[in-house]
Amino acid sequence: MAAKLIGVLALQGAFAEHIAALKKCGAETFEVRTAEDLNKIDGLIIPGGESTTIGKLMNKYAMEEVIKARVAEGMPLWGTCAGMILMAKEIVDSDQIKLGLMDIEVKRNAYGRQVDSFEAELQLAGIGQIKGVFIRAPYVGRVWGEARVLSCHNEQIVMVQQRKMLATSFHPELTEDLDIHQYFLEMG
Amino acid sequence: MEEKGTFNVKSGLAQMLKGGVIMDVTTAEQAKIAEEAGACSVMALERVPADIRAAGGIARMADPSIILNIMEAVSIPVMAKCRIGHFVEAQILESLGVDYIDESEVLTPADDKYHINKNEFKVPFVCGARNLGEALRRIGEGAAMIRTKGEPGTGNVIEAVRHMRQVNAEIRWVSNLPEEELMSAAKELQAPYELVLEVVKSNRLPVVNFAAGGIASPADAALMMQLGCDGIFVGSGIFKSGDPMKRARAIVAATTYYNDSAVLAEVSRDLGEAMVGIDIASIKPQERMQDRGC
Repeated sequence: MAAKLIGVLALQGAFAEHIAALKKCGAETFEVRTAEDLNKIDGLIIPGGESTTIGKLMNKYAMEEVIKARVAEGMPLWGTCAGMILMAKEIVDSDQIKLGLMDIEVKRNAYGRQVDSFEAELQLAGIGQIKGVFIRAPYVGRVWGEARVLSCHNEQIVMVQQRKMLATSFHPELTEDLDIHQYFLEMG
Repeated sequence: MEEKGTFNVKSGLAQMLKGGVIMDVTTAEQAKIAEEAGACSVMALERVPADIRAAGGIARMADPSIILNIMEAVSIPVMAKCRIGHFVEAQILESLGVDYIDESEVLTPADDKYHINKNEFKVPFVCGARNLGEALRRIGEGAAMIRTKGEPGTGNVIEAVRHMRQVNAEIRWVSNLPEEELMSAAKELQAPYELVLEVVKSNRLPVVNFAAGGIASPADAALMMQLGCDGIFVGSGIFKSGDPMKRARAIVAATTYYNDSAVLAEVSRDLGEAMVGIDIASIKPQERMQDRGC
């Protein structure tokens, strides 16, 4: 069986770090920049970056509807930080462009500005302990419907799964830890 | 237990900015235009480099009110500049809560010998560099992000190209040396030995490297990205041009699609007047900003 081809949305942000982590897990990877690229892949990661920038480019180059259609077909999708924001159905105090796929409400820059960015140990349900790197990070204010909470930090929700969609406030791609990348690859 | 201000979170924010465009702005209105156009961050300034160059005199950190108004206006990260070596301006900027400090040659240096000890701060710093040794000295002092110096406020990309090519050439050079020659190479580069070893191991700078200083068009941005930069600073190039919103959007698209000449052709159309450029040869040696702090 051919290895799964995992796309990383490469419009802006830390896509190279996800590609490197996926390669270490043995996955085939692909930098996704166009709507056509989205039909070649078996799974997609939306990386950390600036969610307003990624949203605008996604919209301008007609990728939004294709991502939604592929997810409706069951393609696994994981968003880190900016990716989590773009996947949320609700974003507090913002009318920015979003995919609106997950039953979560996200608060942007929820911990404050860059001087409040931090690292902390996290417990993830079904995965174990990892180091979480939070950079101007969002957290999830509430979940409903099919969304399941996989991790909290100081009582705030920082990781959620809904069927084959995964969202994390933090950046596993900035650490040596490959557990969540492995978990994502096994979701497909 | 939360750890703040680690090098990981400092360099991590720069990693999140990659593939994006950081735009110089002087007002809240300009900051909103930049955000609307897709900037991944803005640099809050009192004057853009072209105006600093034209005004002469001493250029200092911006008035905190300007910076706070801009922070209030946008949700994207806000950077601000302090003078080379002026650690009190940096302390003030940190207390305002800016997301990145640019210890910048665009402002008049405050110290002719020493840069700021950036390791002492929780806020991350970006610094300019013309070559590998300069970049590694700044990283040694704690910079979590590097940019080419270029020649600010000129709208002339030649110096940014020179600096990027120089860094790339020196990375290739050290990466091909046998181990016993690396200490001598570090001496020649005037760079910390441990950081030279890191460069040899990874074949790149240990932190994110953006292009800055003279980028004025979508083609300039794509040129710097194809030369291997991680992202783009545009100083005077946007708000000194005829149609800032259109040009800003075009430079954002060109930074993402830097390898797609059809997109570059499309976004380069009908942009109106670019900023007025300056030939580097016409700048007096004492007015070259890139020679400040090395």
